[in-house]
Amino acid sequence: MSRQFRVALAGNPNTGKSTLFNVLTGLKQHTGNWAGKTVELKEGSFQYKGNTFKLVDLPGTYSLYSNSLDEEVARNYIVFEKPDLTLVVLDATALERNFNLALQVLEMTGQVIICVNLIDEAEKMGIKINEKILMRRLGVPVIKISARNKSGISALLDAMDRLMSGEITCNPVPVTYDEETEEKIAVLMPLVKQLRNSRIPSRWLALRLLDGDKALLEEISKRQQYEEVLQ
Amino acid sequence: MESKSLDQNQLLDEILHQAEKLSTSDSRDRIVEKLYQNSSKLVQAGVTYTKNKHSQRTEKLDAIFTSPILGFPIMLVMLGVVFYLTIAGANVPSAMLAEFFGWIEGYLTLFFEMIHAPEWLHGVLVLGFYRGTTWVISVMLPPMAIFFPTFALLENYGYLPRVAFNMDRLFKSVGAHGKQSLTMAMGFGCNAAAMMSTRIIESPRERMLAILTNNFVPCNGRWGTLIVLASLFMASGFTGGMAMVVTTSVIVGIVLFGIIVTFFVSWILSKTMLKGVPTHYTLELPPYRKPKIFDTVIRASLTKSLSVLNRAVKVAAPAAVLTWVFANIDIGGTSILLHIVQFLDPLGQSLGLDGYILMAFLIGLPANEIVLPVLLMGYLSTGELIDVEGIGDLKQIFLDQGWTWLTALNMMLFSLLHYPCGTTLINIYKETKSKKWTFMAFMIPTVIALLVTFVIAQLAKLLGWV
Repeated sequence: MSRQFRVALAGNPNTGKSTLFNVLTGLKQHTGNWAGKTVELKEGSFQYKGNTFKLVDLPGTYSLYSNSLDEEVARNYIVFEKPDLTLVVLDATALERNFNLALQVLEMTGQVIICVNLIDEAEKMGIKINEKILMRRLGVPVIKISARNKSGISALLDAMDRLMSGEITCNPVPVTYDEETEEKIAVLMPLVKQLRNSRIPSRWLALRLLDGDKALLEEISKRQQYEEVLQ
Repeated sequence: MESKSLDQNQLLDEILHQAEKLSTSDSRDRIVEKLYQNSSKLVQAGVTYTKNKHSQRTEKLDAIFTSPILGFPIMLVMLGVVFYLTIAGANVPSAMLAEFFGWIEGYLTLFFEMIHAPEWLHGVLVLGFYRGTTWVISVMLPPMAIFFPTFALLENYGYLPRVAFNMDRLFKSVGAHGKQSLTMAMGFGCNAAAMMSTRIIESPRERMLAILTNNFVPCNGRWGTLIVLASLFMASGFTGGMAMVVTTSVIVGIVLFGIIVTFFVSWILSKTMLKGVPTHYTLELPPYRKPKIFDTVIRASLTKSLSVLNRAVKVAAPAAVLTWVFANIDIGGTSILLHIVQFLDPLGQSLGLDGYILMAFLIGLPANEIVLPVLLMGYLSTGELIDVEGIGDLKQIFLDQGWTWLTALNMMLFSLLHYPCGTTLINIYKETKSKKWTFMAFMIPTVIALLVTFVIAQLAKLLGWV
């Protein structure tokens, strides 16, 4: 049976995210407007093993707080539009900083594949990446690719297919925060869980609330009213 | 359904209330810190570096370029070298271009005489439009064609991120962000483009600081003015290479003054209207890369220079015509231009400038590139019409109008500090979506420009220096 999956592409700026997007989707691209925000996101699709994958290229951001419109768009897409899968593209030559975003995405959704891109450049610089260790520590597939040279793409497609078919599953390892923060999260969690919009991961929501992210709550409230009108 | 939604709203309120109680100013810091720690642990576990020659070289170079002792002197020297190359290299082609355009102008005038064109047509087209725009080209094109590629080479090589690294501590101490130095570097090319580049600063507060102060680095539209005035008036007692050194030092001084003002304004704003703590970030230092010299030089000098020039000419042409028309339409026996100039003159004089200069800056709002040509046209329209050949003859025109070193210095300072050009203001509005901040971006520099030139002019007069 052929199925359709929605895939979001997240990553820091200049990690080759758009190159990967182009490699995967070829010429089947267009830009679409997204509800609530007047930001255009690039969309494209491709077929693999009979299934259709619809890709959305999120704005390149360093983090997913509400610092800028770009960050808000990327974050809202992952949290509210609930893609079936999120690909996080990392720059292999600057992994330490790039992981920051990956960890944030993993707090928002479990369905994640990490693409360590620019692996050719990293190897040239003498950076060796053991993806098996990273996979174990993160709890999600980690695939080394070079979008520019189109290497590692088949492994990526295979991982996407197997994840979607349920052949493999993700078990993201959550970040444990300092004691004080964890205690505060524990206070907020029961309240947050009562929210009807429970599709939002409650631990993540509690964290954002601790961060004082009021724009997020407003967004939730807005979307809740919207859904009620629809019901 | 109604009651259910009310419950949800109450719940949201309750959550918000609880969150506000629990959330402290360092919550974000704690969260981010842990994320960074985890990232670093991940890298330690899963990434190994086999040190090769390349990364060793990067480390060695960084030890020099980002050294606490050598970092700043090297930056100053680099800045000086870039300006020196620009000034020294631009003089000859600039004069050649001016001569070339003057030569063509002769034939144009002949042509107009031949077809018995009315005098006003020759005035508008040749003396106004042609002379105005070719002046822009001959004065602006050579420095741009040198400055842009040199800067682009430094950028490609990987030196500019090191500048940001060095500046980070300074910026933090005034409550701003280290990345601001990168947006400033962009501003040296074009303040309007730099507005877009401030997007790299994630915190809205720090981004606003970068937007409001970017104007204090002279864009390429103002380089022409700065370089011409510095070489005409500041190095008059020197010849040859020494004159270049003096000119370069004056320009480095002006640029440094702009940077000091940037820090000062950032500091004031971060203590008042834009209060807050600077966010921390890790600056990724890319490896040094051998720049593709040919590509860079061609791309930077051609595309960048031409696009800026295109803009300058587009704005200069109508301004040239406007200036000529103003100068040639009389109301009550005096030209419109002179009416404006006489109105502005008292203010101009108190700033060490004059009415013509202020008029030129007003007409120059759409693009700073045209301030000098408009000023020149203004002066020439009242005095004798002489054919200007090369930058040298310019000085006589200015001296005839009573210029002193103070006029030149204050015009340079006014050019450095005054309101951003029209395009920049439009971009500020687009980026901030705020009329208030766009207005502030206009007012802060204007007030500073007026204050600084006023104080310098009054001091110089008081001390009898002019």
